[in-house]
Amino acid sequence: MEMPQPNPAVLRKRDRVLDRLAAVLAPEALISDEAERRAYECDALTAYRCLPMAVTLPASTAEVSAILRICHEEGVPVVPRGSGTSLAGGALPTEDSVILGVARLRDVLEVNFPDRYIRVQTGMTNLSVTGAVESDGFFYAPDPSSQLACAIAGNIAMNSGGAHCLKYGVTTNNLLGVTMVMMDGTITEIGGAHMDAAGYDLLGVICGSEGQLGVVTEATLRILPKPEGARPVLMGFDSNEVAGECVSDIIKAGVLPVAIEFMDRPCIRACEDFAKAGYPDCEALLIVEVEGSPAEIDEQLALITAIARRHNPVELRESQSEDESRKIWLGRKSAFGAMGQINDYMCLDGTIPVTALPFVLRRIGEMSREFGLDVANVFHAGDGNMHPLILFDANKPGDLELCEAFGAEILKLCVEVGGCLTGEHGVGIEKRDLMAVQYTPEDLEAQMRVKDVFDPQWLLNPAKVFPLISSATRRAAA
Amino acid sequence: MRPISEAELSEMIRSALGPLRIAGGGTRNLGKPVLGAALSTAGLSGITLYEPGALTVVARAGTPLSEVQTTLAAEGQRLPFEPMDMRPLLGSEGTPTVGGMVAANASGPRRVQVGACRDSLIGLRFVDGTGAVVKNGGRVMKNVTGYDLVKLMAGSWGTLGVMSECAFKLLPVPETEATLRSAPLSPAAAVDVMSRALGTPYEVNGAARDESGCVCLRIEGFAKQVAYRRAALETALGGEWDVLEGPQSATLWQEIRDVQGFAGRTGDVWRLSVKPSDAPDIMARADCPALMDWGGGLIWALVEEGHDLRARLGAFAGHATLIRASGATRAALPVFQPEPAPLAAIAAGLRAKFDPRGVLNPGLMG
Repeated sequence: MEMPQPNPAVLRKRDRVLDRLAAVLAPEALISDEAERRAYECDALTAYRCLPMAVTLPASTAEVSAILRICHEEGVPVVPRGSGTSLAGGALPTEDSVILGVARLRDVLEVNFPDRYIRVQTGMTNLSVTGAVESDGFFYAPDPSSQLACAIAGNIAMNSGGAHCLKYGVTTNNLLGVTMVMMDGTITEIGGAHMDAAGYDLLGVICGSEGQLGVVTEATLRILPKPEGARPVLMGFDSNEVAGECVSDIIKAGVLPVAIEFMDRPCIRACEDFAKAGYPDCEALLIVEVEGSPAEIDEQLALITAIARRHNPVELRESQSEDESRKIWLGRKSAFGAMGQINDYMCLDGTIPVTALPFVLRRIGEMSREFGLDVANVFHAGDGNMHPLILFDANKPGDLELCEAFGAEILKLCVEVGGCLTGEHGVGIEKRDLMAVQYTPEDLEAQMRVKDVFDPQWLLNPAKVFPLISSATRRAAA
Repeated sequence: MRPISEAELSEMIRSALGPLRIAGGGTRNLGKPVLGAALSTAGLSGITLYEPGALTVVARAGTPLSEVQTTLAAEGQRLPFEPMDMRPLLGSEGTPTVGGMVAANASGPRRVQVGACRDSLIGLRFVDGTGAVVKNGGRVMKNVTGYDLVKLMAGSWGTLGVMSECAFKLLPVPETEATLRSAPLSPAAAVDVMSRALGTPYEVNGAARDESGCVCLRIEGFAKQVAYRRAALETALGGEWDVLEGPQSATLWQEIRDVQGFAGRTGDVWRLSVKPSDAPDIMARADCPALMDWGGGLIWALVEEGHDLRARLGAFAGHATLIRASGATRAALPVFQPEPAPLAAIAAGLRAKFDPRGVLNPGLMG
């Protein structure tokens, strides 16, 4: 992965920058020691590492503003960081950058049940937001699988999704307002507790901008009343095509399940070995979950199982109890861990039109044979967000490169059938150079113009999202 | 000007010598009056892709909204966000288009549950002020590839680009619906009961208060589900409720959606977006006929002609838009809420980047 050459002028003034930061930050908010900086050299995309110039961990919006103002004046790139769980290298530092981590900003600022929102500092983890409201019967809907660790700041930067977005949407659909600090240190408020912000939809642009437009320190999030209950049904099929058709038929029938998860044979087998969830021996497996009162759930599941029966399932198991529900989900939820046990893997997240599912799965199978690398598929079928896991051996020379080449081919296929490179993980550095597959130079130019407005010197989260060649002129001019 | 292809649209904008007044069907004529050559997108018409099994539809910007809705209804699907038809309120004529709806981010009562137009918009193609054709988003439900210009364009009233094609995610049309209607309640009591209703797990997807003070709560779903939720909701809320079933309920919500209560009446119409629990106080300050939607988060106010409602309200959290007024009033008062300096600078910066010559509906948003 190519990264831009560090700016020697910035490296030369490291001491001065550190002195200026030390003057405005508490001692524990500034990390300059090399051993401690190591912890920030990568995120969850661990194949790429780079030691930053310094790490800052501010405890207030005012401190965030002070850090940004200094870095802006000194022309120092800043890499914002939530919990560092990005799978796309969204928080990968450059050698000449200062990390700005929000991990110490973790207070709940306000909870308002009548108006159904919570205002938090963005270093809070996703799950702790739900934790703050669940005893009153509410929850925060976006639920990325890293929700135990990932921060709201990163969720906003990447517009994170989760298993339940078919019904509840992703982060951008649940974000009402932010406090954001611009690269020059200006503190702005966008939106609030009302349903739609005034003027242009800047919230919509900031969400998913991968920390390149500003640093969000506080967020007002929509909270929802918890459903009365939820129950899954598990169905096994003897081909991916049939399972794909079943998904389409369920959607067309007018039921709106809260989740439709799909696993193919390699994934079923790995999960079964790992978690002993009692999954059937079959080619494709669906877990469909619906919500409501017990009677409502029965009615919806009856409709869904009737549709499934038309597709001759090899297994149809409706959960009758909490324990059975847990068992059905157990395998799915341990899928990534199970794959990790048996292999190194790379997880993709291209999204495709649901109707293209059978074709894409067949092509991935063919490509798997061409590249000589196994693939397991586990994904959110209801919204077309695929998660092919390509298995490789990190200790075998050339295997990572082969895996990356295979991954790129799969993502190109996703775009070819009308889909996109990433459904919820973000572009980061990982998919940066594939952007030209999905977008024309004019398309990318329009996006980069937005960056020009928010961060004219291109200092925030450098070398992410846009192919280096597309952004070269801008970065050189800044 | 009436381009019939995206290429023609691009060429017309590229070669424009002065301001253009962009319109779809011309039914949502609001904002600062724009002087310029008319450019209609109505010639860019037709559904280009509809996949019921993927819950997605793609249509050219000038496609009549009714054509899209009829096509979707045939498959038992719909645009989730219940876009308002502004013709009754504004007294406008013409055919609402997909592009006009997106440019206005038109979102009705169901906003409280399924989000706004921008939340269902998953991709678009547009031509910027230099004539460049830009694609953003796509036709899939989850997409975080690059910056989300789709949201930026929704509600930008044609000031950053002229849309040529829009893609939406859809929802199935539920089997039936029912509405609970209360006796007249004070604004404070109404917001309280709407908040409690929206805080239950019964998926209330409409919560409004009409001018007489009656609160309406809507539930949709399968027949048995609706019956169960309606009963559960009545129990949870207490009090006396009338029940409107099926078509009766649907008609009521169309009236609420289109603010028909203010259609044909003298006065300016303002639209306020507020925190629901602030609504009773704001309505008291507004001191005029008012309707509430979105559980109190949206207030429609009928104000004496030419009067500056913002001045009467003083500072409040949220914003006010002048929806219906004479050209003179719209020229005299800010139509959209004036923004704090940093945000106004960003908005001006975006306009300068996307429309450097200032030809796209210049001044419409202030």
